[in-house]
Formats: sequence, C-alpha cells, structure tokens
Amino acid sequence: RLALARTDGAVEVYNFAANYFQEKAIPGHEARSVEALCWAAGDRLFGAGLGGDVCEYDLERLRVKRSADGFGGPIWSMAASSSGTQLAIGCEDGSVKLFRVVPDGVQFERSLDRQQGRILCLSWHPSETHIAAGSIDLLRVFDVSSGRTVQRIMVNYHVQKPKKRECVVWSVAFLSSGTVVSSDSFGRVQFWDWETGTLLESHTVSASAALALAVSEKEDSIVVGTSAGATYQFQLLPVKMGSQEKRWVRTKPFQHHTHDVRAVAHSPTALISGGLDAQLVIRPLMEKMQKKGYEAALRKFTFPHRRLVSCARKARLLLFQFSQHLELWRLGSTNESGKDGEVLPVCRMPEHLVQLKSKGPEHIYCSCVSPCGSWIAYSTASRFHLYRVQHEGDGVSIKKVTDVPKLLLPAYQLQCSADSGRLFVASDRGSVHVLQLLEPGGCKHLHTLRPPSGTPEAVYLLASSADGNWLAAASGDWEIHVYSLKRFKHHCTVPTYSCAVTALAIHPVTNNLVIAYSDQQLFEFSIPEKQYTAWSRTVQNCGLHRAWLERDSPITHIAFNPKKPSHILLHDVYMFCVLDKSLPLPDDSASLMNQSALKQLPETARKRQLHAFKICKKFQPLLFADLLDENCLVMVERPIMDIKTQLPPPIQQKKFGT
Amino acid sequence: YLLCASGDFVKMYSVATEETVCLLQGHADLVTGIQLNPQNHLQLYSSSLDGTIKLWDFTDGILIKTFIVGYKLLALYALASCEDSVFAIIPKSGERDSFQLVSVKLTKTAGQEMEAKELSVILDGVDESPKHTAFGREGEYVASVKEVNLQVYFFKRKQMNRFSLSAANTKGGNNRFTCVACHPKEDCIATGHGDGKIRLWRNFYHNKEYTFSTLHWHHDIVMDLAFSVEGTSLLSGGVESVLVQWHNGSDCKKDFLPRLGSAIECISVSSDGTSYCTSHTDNRITIINSNLRFSKSIQGLIKGRDVKTGLVVDPRTKALVLNGEPGHLQFYCLQSDKQLYSLDIVQQEYIHQAGLNQLDLVKVAFSAQGKWLATVEEREEETDLELQLKLWVYDEETQSFKLNTRINMPHEDHITAMCFRDTDELEDDPPMLVTAGKDCLFKAWVIVEDTDPEAQQSVSWSCDFVGSYHNYQATNCCFSEDGSLLAVSFEETVTVWDSVTWDLKCTFCHPPGKIRNICFGRLTCSKYLIGATDHGFLCCWNLLSCALEWSAQLNVLVLQPDPLSEHIAAVSWLSKDSSLFVFKPSEPRPVCIQRNLCKEKIQFAAFVPRDIPETTGSEKYLWLRRSQLYFLTNTQELITFSTKSPEERLTPSSKQLAVEESLPMTPFSLLLGKHRHQQSQEDVDLGKVVVHNHHNQDSPAVKELLHTPAHVLPSASFLCPIFINSLLTSKENKSAEEVADEVEMESEEAEDDLDEERDITEMEQDDLRPMDLLGETTCKLSKSQEKELRKIRKMDYSWISSF
Repeated sequence: RLALARTDGAVEVYNFAANYFQEKAIPGHEARSVEALCWAAGDRLFGAGLGGDVCEYDLERLRVKRSADGFGGPIWSMAASSSGTQLAIGCEDGSVKLFRVVPDGVQFERSLDRQQGRILCLSWHPSETHIAAGSIDLLRVFDVSSGRTVQRIMVNYHVQKPKKRECVVWSVAFLSSGTVVSSDSFGRVQFWDWETGTLLESHTVSASAALALAVSEKEDSIVVGTSAGATYQFQLLPVKMGSQEKRWVRTKPFQHHTHDVRAVAHSPTALISGGLDAQLVIRPLMEKMQKKGYEAALRKFTFPHRRLVSCARKARLLLFQFSQHLELWRLGSTNESGKDGEVLPVCRMPEHLVQLKSKGPEHIYCSCVSPCGSWIAYSTASRFHLYRVQHEGDGVSIKKVTDVPKLLLPAYQLQCSADSGRLFVASDRGSVHVLQLLEPGGCKHLHTLRPPSGTPEAVYLLASSADGNWLAAASGDWEIHVYSLKRFKHHCTVPTYSCAVTALAIHPVTNNLVIAYSDQQLFEFSIPEKQYTAWSRTVQNCGLHRAWLERDSPITHIAFNPKKPSHILLHDVYMFCVLDKSLPLPDDSASLMNQSALKQLPETARKRQLHAFKICKKFQPLLFADLLDENCLVMVERPIMDIKTQLPPPIQQKKFGT
Repeated sequence: YLLCASGDFVKMYSVATEETVCLLQGHADLVTGIQLNPQNHLQLYSSSLDGTIKLWDFTDGILIKTFIVGYKLLALYALASCEDSVFAIIPKSGERDSFQLVSVKLTKTAGQEMEAKELSVILDGVDESPKHTAFGREGEYVASVKEVNLQVYFFKRKQMNRFSLSAANTKGGNNRFTCVACHPKEDCIATGHGDGKIRLWRNFYHNKEYTFSTLHWHHDIVMDLAFSVEGTSLLSGGVESVLVQWHNGSDCKKDFLPRLGSAIECISVSSDGTSYCTSHTDNRITIINSNLRFSKSIQGLIKGRDVKTGLVVDPRTKALVLNGEPGHLQFYCLQSDKQLYSLDIVQQEYIHQAGLNQLDLVKVAFSAQGKWLATVEEREEETDLELQLKLWVYDEETQSFKLNTRINMPHEDHITAMCFRDTDELEDDPPMLVTAGKDCLFKAWVIVEDTDPEAQQSVSWSCDFVGSYHNYQATNCCFSEDGSLLAVSFEETVTVWDSVTWDLKCTFCHPPGKIRNICFGRLTCSKYLIGATDHGFLCCWNLLSCALEWSAQLNVLVLQPDPLSEHIAAVSWLSKDSSLFVFKPSEPRPVCIQRNLCKEKIQFAAFVPRDIPETTGSEKYLWLRRSQLYFLTNTQELITFSTKSPEERLTPSSKQLAVEESLPMTPFSLLLGKHRHQQSQEDVDLGKVVVHNHHNQDSPAVKELLHTPAHVLPSASFLCPIFINSLLTSKENKSAEEVADEVEMESEEAEDDLDEERDITEMEQDDLRPMDLLGETTCKLSKSQEKELRKIRKMDYSWISSF
C-alpha cells in the first residue's frame, strides 16, 4: 500500500495488490497541511504537518483518529524508526522530538538537542542509534540515546563566502553503512561519511533543487526527485567486475512530471514519484521484473478513482463536487439531429445554476443530486447538509433543510433512489442510513441497514435499483451486501472477490447487480436468484480480452439503457464502452477497439467481426458518463490543460531548438 | 609526436612545432589503423587494406617487420596484456558487408617479412569502422557496437553479453550506435548514438541487471568518444565542432571547447594525458591541452562542401586560394602543404542546420599584383537572390586584406565571371574589374577617388561601364595580357571590346554551342583568343585578322592559360576519364597530351608559378618549367602534374608515373574517415627532423643515402657503385626521351597536314599514337630503374636484419 498526501491535506491510499486502486481517500482540511507521512507499527499511518500536530489516520473510518501536539511549531518532517516503534519529528524551532507509538496514538518521549534552523528532513539509521537531520546549510547527526549532536556537516563549506547562497537540505537518508545521503537546493546529491563528516561523493543532478530522495530496502538504489520534474536513479555498482569496491552511479533519468517532484518512494520493483503537477507516477524497474508486459508498464494517476459528478437524469442537471464547493449546472440542449461525427449547434447553452460553498475548513467527502433535481446533499467530515432546490422557470432557489437527523458522520457516499423519495447515506461500520425525503423540505430517518456479520470498514459505494426494492453497498473490505428496501432487511452477500470494487449498479429491468473490480473483471450477480448470472459465468470461463484487462484506470461508473436491456454502459478515464451481452466475447486474437475497423467493412463481414465491446476513446480524460434518456448521453471531460493552467509555471528550461 | 594515418602513409608530426617530422611509407594501400606497440613505445604497428601489418621504428622512420595477414585489414587494436598478438577487423570470407574481429598471432622469429596466418575469431558481425569496437580495462573485455546492438565479450570468462536498444525511440530519436569507448580503469562503456546521446553502460556483466545513464548535449551524431587516461573525464565530439568534456560521467559538469572550425571526426588522448587531439572533416588536426585550451592545429587543404570559387593563385604569396571553411577563403601553401591563413569574407556566424541557406562565396579574383581582391557571395532563396560584391585591398601593415568596398546586388542575377585587368608593374592604368552576369550585362568597375573628406578611405570602387550584347547572358569575361582588350562571351558569341573607349571591336562565333571558356594567349601568342564551346570545340581566333585560326574537336571542361608562358592547358572529359592537352595558341598541335588523368571530372585547374624555374627536365615537360599545374577534381582531390620526379619511381607503392598526389591526406583519409592518431610521449628531437624537400632533384641513390641514418649505412665503398649507377640511369633516360621526341616530331608533321584539312576526327585518332609510344618508353625506363632501386633496398635491409 502506498499513502500519499496532497497539498490540501488530503491523504490517499493506493493498494498495489488491487491493481494500484485508490482504495482510501481522506478529504483534506484547510488547517491541516501534511508535510510528512509514515507507516509505523504495522499498518498504522501517521502524518504531521505545518499545523504542528502529529496525527494518526483512521483508515477504516477515513478520518483523523487522534492527534498530538508536537510543541515545536510547524512540523516539517517526520520519520519512523525501522522497527516502527518510534517517530521522530523535525520542527520549525530546530528541535527533533521523539514520540513513541502506543496502541492509542503517540506519546511524547523526549526531545533531542535543539539548535538553530528548522529541521526539514530526518532519517533514522537502520539500527535506530542515530538520526540524521537536514536543515538549512547543514546536516546534523544525533545520537538517539544521549540526544546530543554528534556530527555537524556544513553542506556548502567549500563555496566562497561572497558567493554563498542559502543551501537547503531538502532530503536526507541514513544508510546502514554509515553513509548519509543528502539532496539539496543546489541540485546536488551528496554522500557523506557521518563519523568523519567528510564528503564521499557528490553528484549534481539538476540545475534546480533536488527535493526528494528515497532509498530502496536493499540500499543499492536511490531515487531522487528534482524541481525540474525529473527523477533520477542512483545505483550502487561495483567499479570493476568481481571487486568489492562499489560506487554510487547516477543511472537513469526519468522525466514524467512537468513540475516539482515533491515526493518519491522506492518500492522493491518500482520508483514512485509525485509532484506539483498532481500526478502520481509509478515507474517499474525493468531489471527487477520477471517478464516484460503489463506488470512492467508505467502507471500515471492524475484523476481520483471515484465519482465526483452526479447527474439528475430527469431534470437534466449535473452536480460537480469540488474540494470546497459544489456546482450545479443545467445541461444545454439541441433540437437538431445529425450524422455520426457531427457537432450539433446548441440551442440552449449549459447554464451554471448554483454554486454551493461548504462552510468551515473541512473538505467535502461526497455529494449527490436527486434524479428529479430537487434535492442536493453533501457531507463533510463533521456535518451533513441537505438542500431543497426549487425551480422557478429558468431560475432556481435553494433552501437548506434544517432538521436533518443526527447521524453518525461522516457520510462516505450519498445516493438517491430513482423516485427521489429516499436518500441513502453510506456510513462507517458497514452501515447505510435510509432517509425519507419529505416535501416541501424535510427529511426523516427511516432505518439503518447493517451487515449481519458486522465490519469495521466504511461503505464507499452504493447502488439502488430502479424499482426501489434493492440496495447494494460495498464496504472497504470489498464485501458487497444487498439489502431489501421493502423489508429493510439484509438480502444476501455477493461472494467476496479478492479485489477492490470500483463501480456498482443494479440493472433497472432484470435487477442484476453489475460489479466492476479494480483488476478490470466484470461480474453480473442476480439479486433475486442470489447467484451469478449465466452470462457472468461465461465471462469468467472465457476470460476477458487481454487489452481490456491491461487498461490502467478502473471503471468508475456503470449505467444501463432501459430500452436495450442487454447493454451495459461503462467508462473509465480514457474510454467509454457499451457492453452488449447479446454479442459474443472477443478472444485475444481479435482487436478490442474495432469500431473504426468495422466501419470500413461491408455489412456481411461486419456481422462476423462484431463482439460485445464497443469502445469509444474520443473523450479523454473522461470523468463521468451517464445515460439521460434512451438517445441522449452526457459525458464530462476534464481537459488536462485546464488543470495545468491552474498550476504555477514550471521551472523554465531551455529546450534545444526552440 | 603525433602519428596519423594518411592515405598510404603514416605521418608523424611534432606536437611542439606542427611540422611533419617523418613520413612512414611502405603500405601499398590505405592505412586503416595505427597502434603503438604496447611493449615498446617507440614502435608502431600499422595495418592497411593491402593485408599487411607493419611494425615501424617511427623515431628513425624504419620499417622493422612486415606481417602478411592476407585479408583486408580494416582496423587494428593492440593490447598490453596480449604480448604476441594484435586484434584486427577483417571481412568475413564468403559474405559481403560482414566483418569479424580476429586476433592475429605475431610470431617473434627474425626476418623482414613473415606470414601471420594464425587467426582466431573473437567476435562475429562487428562493424567495419574502427570506432565501433573498443577494448576495455586491461583487455578484460571487448565491446563492439553495430546498428542498435552492443555486444560485450569477456576474455576470461568467455562470456558474451548482448544488449540492444529499440531502433527508434518514441520521441523520434535515433538510437543507432555510432561509436564506443571503454573506461581505462573501471567497468564502464561509453557509447555514442545517432541522436547525440551518450550512454554510459555499467554492470554489463549481468545480462539483466545492466544499467546505463545518459548524457545528452550533442544535437546530432556523436562522432567519436574518448576517455582521459585516468578515466575521470570523457571527451565527445560531433558535427557541432565543439569538444565536450564530461566530468565523472555527470550530466551537469561539462566543459566545452567550441568553435573548432568543423565537425570532429576522431578524438585521441595522449598517453601521458597532457594533450588531446581531434581530427576534423575539413582535413585538420587540432591539438588541445588537457585543460581544454586550444594549442595548435595542423591544417591541410580544407575540404569544403563545394568549391565554387575555383582555383585561384594569389600573386603575392603564390598560394592556392579557394573556398575554405564556410564563408571563408583559404590561402593554401602548396610547398609546405599548409594553410597560410583563412580570410573571413562573409563575416557572419555560420549556423549548423540542415536546410538553412547560407551566404556562400562563389567568385574570387585577384588583381595582377595581388593588391586587390574581389569576392562575390550569394544566397539563393526560393524567389530572390542576395548578391554581394566585395573589394578588398591588401594592407601592408597588417599583412592581410581589408574590406574596401561593398556593393550590394551588383547584378540582377548570378555573376558568372569576374576578372581584373592585368596592369603592369608601374600601375599607371588604374585597376579595373569586370563582372559578367546572367542578367545579360557585363559591368566594369573602377576606382574613384572619394571626394567626401569625411570618408574613412580615399578610394572606393564604382561602376564605370555597363555593356550588353543582343540581350544574351554574359557567361565569361577575360582581359588580354596588356589589358587593352576585353573579351566577353555572350552565350554563343564572343565579343571583343576596347577597354578604354568601350567600343565593340569584333565578334567571334562558332555555332553551334555556347561558349564555355575563353582566354587570351600570352606573350608571343597574345594575338590569339581561345574559346571552348560546350558543343565540344576548341577554337582559336586571330585577333589581327579577326578570323578563325584553327579549331579542334575537344570537349573542354577547363581552359587555363599559364601566366608565365604561352602554354594553355585544356582538360577534356571523354566518357569516363579526363585528359590533359597542353598547347600553344600559335600551333594547333598539342605540346603535351596526358590521357587518363583521373577517373573523376576535373573542375578547376591552376598554374602556380615556381619560385625557381626548373632547370632540368626534358623537352616534353618544357611547359612545366616556369609553373606547375594543379587540378581539383569534383571529389575535391587536388592533383598536380609534375615532371618526372625521381622520388616517385623510388617508392614502389606509387605506380603512376607522372601523376602524383601531392596531397594524399586530403582525399583518402577524409573520404573514408580512417584517421587514427596516436601520440608518443617523447619530446621533440629537433636534430632528427628530416627536411621535407619537395624540390629535391637529386638522384634516388643520393637521396636514399641522405635519408638513411648514418649508423645503419653500409660502408662507402659498398655504396659507391650504386651511386654511380644511379647517375648513369639518368643519362639513359634522357636518350630514350630523345627517341620519343623524334617519334613525336614525325607525328606532328602528320598532324599538321591533317589539321590543314580540318579533319578533326582524324587528328584525334592520330594523337593517340605518339602517346602510346611515349608510355611504353617511360614504362620501360621506370622498370629498369625500379629494379635497380629494389636491389639497393634489399641489400640495405638484409644487412640490417643480419645485424
């Protein structure tokens, strides 16, 4: 698992076993910036930030479990000892403090020698006897038992006095051999011997700063991220064949980011980097891979693996969820029709109806709009809001529903029933609250659905059936429970599959539950019969097409066409697919994306070539796609350039030939 | 010393003085590789396409041993760890374009020539270029690249690793390997690539866990790579003509030595590490200090992309003047095979980029005493043409040319010819320049005194007269010797103008065919005007009678009058080869005919006046007494026509009798890019510098005597008969020549008769006869003499070997 923190304080957890699925996402908080994250004491995730607190994250309930004040001003760095029992934090006031990880949080243990200058980075020696700390212009090594500074290394001692600029040590790593590796704002990666304080090697990797550094577990490889967007790998290689003398050599450069690389990690088989351009890049190391192929492919994550758009089909409204506000838009329309590939003129422009700002520092967890378009609900970490939207001609007015029932917060997912009469609120411990929406503006708690076995994990996906009888809920332990809404009773549990659920939907006609997993498998489960359908079994027997299984991004939404029951509409970030169950599945020899090829073929040949997957890659990156009515589909695209323009300008680099 | 393979020779230059110290000759074909003997740093191995490896003592210039391998040797490597064998690349038998690396066992037995047939194949499928294979640290492994594959063979483990890159990476780069170098101390291989990247391979003894880092500065092919002696820095060079020094394999620390003139072909590092040396595509070797400070350069004739100016002789220095570096004019001294200087004409920075039209120097002319220099540069865009005429005055103080006048767009279209009026020493006539252009005009330019007192210079040039003839394009112009008449050719017609009054005196025409060349006769023949048409006629008009004196059918490409004699050289192109005819305008029979001059088309020719008129020499070469004739072929080989040179017959390698390549370095080494340099760590021993005498007319035996160091010479009594013999042969030679002349005389009479009848084709056939005869006699001569010489050589050497 990989945890990452964003500048807005959000923390995300990616599960590598589940095909790099973004398994958990803890929304951010205005006052809580996260400067350092570390796993300690097993699977516990700790974070520290400029707020000055060390907090532990509750990954089951997706919120901060406990926090403790560091009493040292803003915390710039945190490192866990190799056994995971101790945490060291580096504070603004120049102190390094040790915390002991106890079952219920962290406990302040002691403070090491305080000196001038903020501590920007920390690293434990694997034996837990020493800590290396990087500050401005210098590096210090502390003895943990005595708490004293045992070595002080000036990073740019050899620079002439008048030319001296401040040199920030951005990152430091303590190797078991006693070598301290530092990366600094001059773009250097330097290797020091801590005992003598001498420079062993110095490599200049970039003209700008080298911001982040990570060492592999075997200590034979280092990854360095620079503010020019490039990451570099250093390897410890023997100088001569068979000789013991080894040297760090800069080997491969990778340029996957456009902006600063702020964080890097080194897994046994891959280099992981994340930067200011909001992308997470996982670059597998070819030499560590058993074979070439899907496993060895580069992964880039730009968009969240969950749905941030909800659609009111009947009212033709779209609700966009941002980190601190919601936007309600009315879709434009056209009364002309045209051929395939044409762009029709819009007779009514899309209209921005409402912008709802969430109050307080907390970020929005989830949101939803009812199919009729008259209810909007959203939830932050501590509050749940329900609004009644009144449509008055073209205008719209909004009214907050005041007497919302006190629920166990936060809500992890919100879903309205097809008739807009009920609101389902996903909550922790696997429970789902059912609220009755009352006219003209009120609501009532009807029931709380709970899984029979009980689970500590929160529900993060919901799907209700069109007839209002069934509700499916997927929780963080990847179990899917189906409840009967008529009797408010648990109906059945879908057999657990060893992968994360990425999307869930119930067919309006057949009441089959269609499930998409993060390893790109598709299942169809018949709710009335409590078993997988025949089609699902054939899919499992035949196997899906390889090109389908090797896609990068998970399916984030599933929709159906009530007029054509055999069609399933799926989409991920890069494609939109209509899955026709009545057609045969393609085998690996056939091309998965054959729509353009099919167009060229004559009618008879086309019949033979047809298969179940009809894929459209025209819209990229695709955030949302849903069926409005039988011949109308809404797609939400978020151009990468839009995001890029909001970013600060990258470091100017002269490109040859421009 | 710096050693460099150049054509069939190995040249040794002194690093301190840039002089050629010694020329090692003995290979019968192109020298492909030279390596210092790792066991003895005063010895040198050289390999050649003639299938031999020769071991030289280069300080004395003595050939020690010859190993006959029997295959074409394309590259040579020597290792300190393998005492008795060297490595060479040979073509694979039975397959074309397939080469293999073999180790050649060199036996230690005594003897001058020996067979080295013990070959063992090490690598198959290597590239033929010597830059594509390199031996690693202490000879533990060998790395060879071809296309996109790198193969490394470990001698001890007998293990072969192969690595390959994808043919073209996603960003459109070219991953093809272009060169390889191995770190002298560590296990690190540096490879250069077609897209300008340098990869440093490490950990390559694991087939899987190998790794490489990339250095990228060059924007085009990396031509060569070399590690410094300790391996702390890596040198690379390419078409940017910048030498890049990379420190510790780091991308960020690099030093540059820019503006080296032209693309770098090879890089070599001296064994003591104090200097580097680069060779360039323009036939130059640059010696660079190890702190990347330019030290010296050894410049031959610059090979430009295209010589447009033709061969012009600077009257002042007697140097050959032609296009040098882009936008520059080079002054090349023929006697010392050196560039005197380079004059920047265009005065604009040259930008290396494909498809960019640069200003190009197209015409050059000197006034008679070399006081004025006129240059024309042009840039042709798709629609418009940019022309500039520049006039330069020789500045006695700075000893170089100074820009005097610049004329933009002197003509509306390309300038086809340009000439100065030759004035006598007194210079009572002001100099005059005539330019002929495709815009159907010719213009005369004269000096005017500048009346403006604020002007910086007192004189400048301006247009004096514009002439045209029936709106035909002017193609050539030429002044008569005394400067009174100007001949301008307009397509098919030659017009003759009075240069004072600008009256059209007369016109000549020899239809069909446009006039390609015109020139006036000199001295006693100044009443004749010679013209060559592109229809294959050479015509001679008498200016007094205004009538055609004679004409001959000859497809003349180049017509060049000798400024110091009446002779005119015409080079004709007949189907496959060029022939030279030398004639006097007063007589239609040629003075000299040389068939099969060379296989390439000859573009330009020039007579270079000799410093001292040649005294000896038979009648046949009488026309070469006062000046020497040089040709430039379209492959940019400079060829000279020399009188019978005794040195030529001495060397068994040169089979041609009369045509000598005065500049073997220029053509071959550059065409095939087979320079290899090696440098000894010895200081220059000035006492042993052998004077390179071009004009030594001594007999071969004397020459041999003088060249051989005294301590290896046999006793004087032994040498005496040879010495006398050699003197005898020269007499014999003369008598034979006389016989030949008689034959020639006979045929001349016949020719004369035929000429009167104007039966041109007959004459052509007749020409062949004396030629053949001549060839036979000279052949015989050379053989007899050669035999003699071989005897000398054998005696000499057998004596050495017995020593």
